[in-house]
Amino acid sequence: MKTLLWIQGLSCNGNTQSLLNAENPFFYEIFQKIKLIYHPSFSYRENLQTIIKKVKEEKIKINFLVVEGAVTSDKRFHKIGDYSVAQILEILKDRADYIIAAGNCASFGNIPATFPHNTDVKGVQYKFVQKEGFFPPDFKTRSGYPVINIPGCPMHPAWFTQTITALLEGKKVILDQFNRPKELFMYLPHDGCTRNEYFEWKVESEEFGHKEGCLFYNLGCRGPMTHAPCNKILWNRISSKTRAGMPCIGCTEFNFPLRENFFETKKNMGIPEEVPLGVSKRAYITITGVAKTLKNKRLMVKLEETD
Amino acid sequence: MSKIKKTKEERKKEIIKAACRLFAKKGYYNTTIPDIAEELGMSVGNLYNYFHSKEELAKYIMQYSSKLLGDEIRKINEENISTKEKIYKIVRKFFEIGQEQPELIEYFLRVFLSNREVFEEGCEGFLCVQEVVTELMLFLEEGARKGELRQQDFFPAFVTLMGPLGGMVFLQGENVLPKKPIEYSDELAENIWRALKAD
Repeated sequence: MKTLLWIQGLSCNGNTQSLLNAENPFFYEIFQKIKLIYHPSFSYRENLQTIIKKVKEEKIKINFLVVEGAVTSDKRFHKIGDYSVAQILEILKDRADYIIAAGNCASFGNIPATFPHNTDVKGVQYKFVQKEGFFPPDFKTRSGYPVINIPGCPMHPAWFTQTITALLEGKKVILDQFNRPKELFMYLPHDGCTRNEYFEWKVESEEFGHKEGCLFYNLGCRGPMTHAPCNKILWNRISSKTRAGMPCIGCTEFNFPLRENFFETKKNMGIPEEVPLGVSKRAYITITGVAKTLKNKRLMVKLEETD
Repeated sequence: MSKIKKTKEERKKEIIKAACRLFAKKGYYNTTIPDIAEELGMSVGNLYNYFHSKEELAKYIMQYSSKLLGDEIRKINEENISTKEKIYKIVRKFFEIGQEQPELIEYFLRVFLSNREVFEEGCEGFLCVQEVVTELMLFLEEGARKGELRQQDFFPAFVTLMGPLGGMVFLQGENVLPKKPIEYSDELAENIWRALKAD
């Protein structure tokens, strides 16, 4: 049976909480197929120090090393027993088939990496856009994969279980330029967004929580420029931020959370500074001008009032 | 094939010129397709080969002018120069076109703005002037992004830029300007720049 070891760096435990909500397969189903040798929230038989000792003595083999949380070598900020999380990674890096960064902190550094009093906080292989994480840019595990990033704040449990199931079955997982599984992260929250019709006709939402209107222009939605399948693989199987009336904040991206105001679309002279992925600003402005002119009456009323 | 097509385009330009002239002189409603055909020395039937109706012709003139001016502003937008220099160039270009093809600007003022009902369908909003508006949006957005122009809503900035240009042409049409509009272009550009620039 393949084994999995889960360690936590600087983290809020959110990805673990998310994983506990896994369905199809459920959390316990996954760990019937994989032996969980250690997880800080669930393990009780042996502590991590003992396990690391056994790994060093080759009494335990690790197939999957999962890292949750950002990495720092500074023990004043994070310590597990006598180790910093960086030291643990150093010991285990060549002993795991796959290393998976679970969540945005482990992938790109996220909120911990913005901490001004410790600049030595990073993701496992990236620090935001730069490949300047804890491991060098060319680092690969013995399976030939770099660190596989499954970002998100938190990551969706299905993104994790799908990836690990594929690897478990020996399937090839294609990664994008930020080492995210392409099968999942080639989509945008815009794909499958229930507000797409409003986006097309430029009918903008003014308030959070409304079913009507697009959240892009006034409320800072990053759906058209974020890689994540949030509207394809729904949260708790029923909803997503945008469906509930909350703008996408781009939490799967390498540059999260560097933006200043999550609920504001940066505009110059009333024109969005950034436009959806794949179109030039000129094309976007032309299309929106036409769309605004050709009003769609259906979209001018509350959904409940439509025929 | 391409030769015939080019000839047709050339012919369309002549029709536009003649139509603009007549529309501006006699008014849109008082000008008929036979009038335009006569002005051109064409048969009415032949003119209908180019435009199926007076309304179609009226809308086409707007689209044609918008593309003409839009293409010129686009070239300026793509130049690697300051926002201030761009304003100077846009203003000058507008008056150059006005000097070379005064009928187009006259048409805009005396037909497009005065007979809105003709343009209600298919030319509403920015549909017929999309190229110009798009380029000015890009210009203003870039200027504000670079910190050279003051942040504000698009529309006040848009009319601050375009309003004086139209005003100058109007004055020219009323024959009250002692000089040609293009001779005021630097002064006007300076005013527009001062009105829009960041503090």
